[in-house]
Amino acid sequence: MSASAGGAIFKTALIALVLTLLPLPAWLAILRPEFLVLTVLYWSIQAPYVGGIGLGWFSGLLLDAFQGPVLGEHALAVALVAYLGVHEHQRIRTKPLLQQSLIVFAVLVLYEFVLFAVDGWSGHPLTTPLRWVPTATGALLWPPMATILSRSYRPRN
Amino acid sequence: MAFFGTRGSARNRGGAAGFRFFLYALVSIVLMVLDQRLDWLERVRYGLQAVTYPVETALNSPVTAWEWIKSDFAARDALEAENQRLRTRVRDLEIRSLRLEAVEAQNAALIGLKQALPPVAERWLPADIVNIQFGGLRQRFLVDRGARNGVFRNQAVLDDYGVVGQTMHVGPWSAEVLLITDPDHDLPVQIERTGYRTIAVGTGDPGAIALPYLPANADIRVGDVLVTSGLGGVFPSGYPVARVTQVHPGAVQPLARVQAVPFAHLETDREVTLLWFRQGNPAAPLKENGGELTSGNPAIQPLPVPVPKPSAPAAVSTPAPAAAAPAQRPTGRAAVKPKPASPPSGQRKP
Repeated sequence: MSASAGGAIFKTALIALVLTLLPLPAWLAILRPEFLVLTVLYWSIQAPYVGGIGLGWFSGLLLDAFQGPVLGEHALAVALVAYLGVHEHQRIRTKPLLQQSLIVFAVLVLYEFVLFAVDGWSGHPLTTPLRWVPTATGALLWPPMATILSRSYRPRN
Repeated sequence: MAFFGTRGSARNRGGAAGFRFFLYALVSIVLMVLDQRLDWLERVRYGLQAVTYPVETALNSPVTAWEWIKSDFAARDALEAENQRLRTRVRDLEIRSLRLEAVEAQNAALIGLKQALPPVAERWLPADIVNIQFGGLRQRFLVDRGARNGVFRNQAVLDDYGVVGQTMHVGPWSAEVLLITDPDHDLPVQIERTGYRTIAVGTGDPGAIALPYLPANADIRVGDVLVTSGLGGVFPSGYPVARVTQVHPGAVQPLARVQAVPFAHLETDREVTLLWFRQGNPAAPLKENGGELTSGNPAIQPLPVPVPKPSAPAAVSTPAPAAAAPAQRPTGRAAVKPKPASPPSGQRKP
């Protein structure tokens, strides 16, 4: 991989973080997809040996620093997402975008479930069904987002 | 063999990815356990607050700029109208406070005090809301006051209308405020009409808190006012919290049984007030102290009621060991102490 892959990953992850933290009205914040998680997943699939699980873990730690009730919670969940992306990258990469977004939906549900479980174990339960909304919006956003991200850098293998 | 950026066979890579994920997961879990169980991560949190504060301020700057522009271009007559309204309000409050002083004096005379106690709030500090995190259904504010301003963890935060929440992670220049509507927040309250004490729990909706722990036959009606009960060690007693809007005793969901709307304007606030209270005051929050709830100076705790007159009303002679007596009424100045205005000296004994 050339160095520009790392640069593209860094830039897009930074933009995704900003989008994640941008203050929004309450109703819009509920709909907000997990931009950073989607970005990590995208790069895990497209460039599994550049960022990979380490990228996921540090992105998650950043999320923890800003909004996690427990340090390490998002780190674990995003690392899991990255791992799934890296492990299955060849299978996911070849699928059409719409089919990909079904897989992304499953991954996001798993991600949210990890957060849900850790929230519960650590004594910060959040049981409203509204917390699952971003998984759906994330899956819906996947095709346009993957298209935009693919413009930032195209891997050669 | 397989590391960042190396190439091997696909099978090999998969295995290495699994191993790396295992390591990262282990580190995450250790981190979570440390954050949950031990206090030393609090220092890490302090550092993180210092780092994240400028970022969050920067991210919020478009909103701030917009508000600033809007207020800058606010029409002159709008300002005049607001001025007029505020003046009326101040006059109204002044008149009420005159009345309050009269009532307090009367009360003090009734229970045989030489002078009324000083107010429970000792010091207050306005703080601007820098960032609002309603996202993810957690309800948090970030305010621009931190440890450098003397802010401490679990400090009471109010606005002009009622209880807002309490501080959580405190950084050097900023503090995270957990709102009473956050699902994590449990607030000991009292129904003002009946004096019944219960716990108000946040619902995740900025417009509602719930009372899930009331028995089905509890005496509560729509319109009842909830005030802080003074238990729990954070809020002094008697501060307004919310007004009951829904009572459905038969609802299946505990959070849906009794709902109340907070008095505090959580969604429109731009400034809140951090509160320091006088430990010696009977209305001060009760701190848990070696298994016993105490209020104020522990040295004078065992003998709370040296009633000067034998003909004092019955409420005065309520002993304090039940830990609730000082908080019996919102204006609970009933518990007489030998030195009412004694400065807080050594209350936080381990």
